[in-house]
This record gives sequence, structure tokens and C-alpha cells, in this order.
Amino acid sequence: MGSFAGGGLPQDDVVVTALRAGDEAMFAALLNTWSGGLLRVARSYVSTDHSAEEVVQDTWLAVIGGIDCFEGRSSVKTWVYRILVNTAKKRGVRESRTLPWSAFEQDGGWPAGLGPVPPGGWKEAPAAWPTPEGEALASEVRELIAESLARLPPRQRIVITLRDVEGCTSDEVCEILEISAANQRVLLHRARAAVRGWLADYFESVKPPE
Amino acid sequence: MKRFTCDELVEVVTAYFEDALDQQARHGMQAHLARCEGCERYVEQFRATIGVLGDPPPEKLRADVYDGLMSAFRERRRSS
Repeated sequence: MGSFAGGGLPQDDVVVTALRAGDEAMFAALLNTWSGGLLRVARSYVSTDHSAEEVVQDTWLAVIGGIDCFEGRSSVKTWVYRILVNTAKKRGVRESRTLPWSAFEQDGGWPAGLGPVPPGGWKEAPAAWPTPEGEALASEVRELIAESLARLPPRQRIVITLRDVEGCTSDEVCEILEISAANQRVLLHRARAAVRGWLADYFESVKPPE
Repeated sequence: MKRFTCDELVEVVTAYFEDALDQQARHGMQAHLARCEGCERYVEQFRATIGVLGDPPPEKLRADVYDGLMSAFRERRRSS
């Protein structure tokens, strides 16, 4: 088997057959393609990099142990992410970093008067942002994004990480987290609006004086 | 056609991107954006935010964890 670098993974039935047959190149391709995303999502649930690594490791061990029983009722990717979320939740409980269901409702909207639009409407249009072309600017923006994600309420962080960072579809996220499409959209929107606000503050702070 | 205030509009940007608005709302949103520079810019920034989020620094497993998992895969297949 060749490598899958850059070419994406083949279809699910090909992946599953290869894994069951012990195809190491296929397992390596899966590790390389999904581990980064799994690590980022795991960090939303546990408090340290080390815990996140362990969660991802345990997830892959469960995949190795469970591939023979995989029934194809979801995609392989959704199945792997669901194992991750369940593993991370258990771990989070042990670290007493639990996400009670009610926390969902508390990932609420804007306090009165603190939304993005100033009371009475835009006095002037929000500034156009520079294209982050320069290396320095790009790396500062990336750092800011990482800090922003860490500041978000947990549910919002998980949803925006799956959707916007990892590129999962809305259907995939609903299936992985077992939430409704409407709920998913609210959490995603809140998260994006918050990150946009922090980016706006940042670009405002580095704007060259006129 | 639904008429949006700026406050209402900024709340439905994600729904707009996801094509989750009904036709009335969709047209209302487009009409508002055509005449409101503030909201137009806001939507542009919202899109840019999503773009930046989708470009994270690369991240991978530590080499020893990776090697351990490859061995576990090999072992498991040998024993079954």
C-alpha cells in the first residue's frame, strides 16, 4: 500500500477492510490524518496537554480493539470522534472538569448593550482587517486564536473546534455530540462572534496610527 | 420580506452562512447588507474569522505515542 500523504483517505469501506486485514500503512495514514484534530478537540475537555495526549492514545487503542465490531452505522470519522468524546468526558470527570448538561444553556447570548452593534447602530463601519500576509502577523493571529479558543465556554469551544478548525459538517457535529442542529448553530454562532470580537480588538490594537 | 435591524442581523450570520434562513429572511438580510456598510463589514469579518480558525498550526502525536500505537496495532493483528 502506498502512502496517503496529501491525497486524503480512501472511502470508509476500503479503510475498514484494510484495518481489519492489519494494513499498517492504512493505520498510519489514519493516525497522521486525524490525530492533530483529535488532540485539539481533546483539549476542550481536559486540563493539560498530557491528559489530551492520553485521551487520544486511549481513543486509538479503542479503535484498534473495536474495528472488528464497527457496524458502519456512522462514518469511520464520526465513530472515532465519538470514542474520543466519550473517553475525554470520562477523563474530564476524573479531573473534575465536568460539563453538566445545564452548562449548555448558560453558554448564553450577549448581556444587554454589550453585543457587537453599538446602541443605536453602527456609528462607523467596523474597520477592514489587514490580510495576515506577514509571517509575524500570521503567527500572532494564530496565537490569538489559540488563546481565544481557551477562553470560550467549553461547549462553544468544542463545537467551534469541530466545525471551523477541523472542518466537520454540521451533521457530523450533531452526531458526534448528540445535539440538535439548532443547538449546534447557536453554540457555533456565539463562539464565532466572540472570536471575531477578540480579533477585532487585536487588529485595532496593532493598527498603524493614521 | 423580513426587515432586519443591525442587532437582529448580527445574530443570524451563521444561520445565513448555513442556508438555514427561510426565503423571506434571506432576502431581508441581503437587502439590509446592500445598504448597511457596518453590517456588510461585520459579515466580512465573520467570514475572515472562520478562515483564520480553519488554518491552525500543524499538530501531531509525540513520536513515542505514535510508535506505541503502531506496535499495539501490529500486536493486536498478530494475536487475532
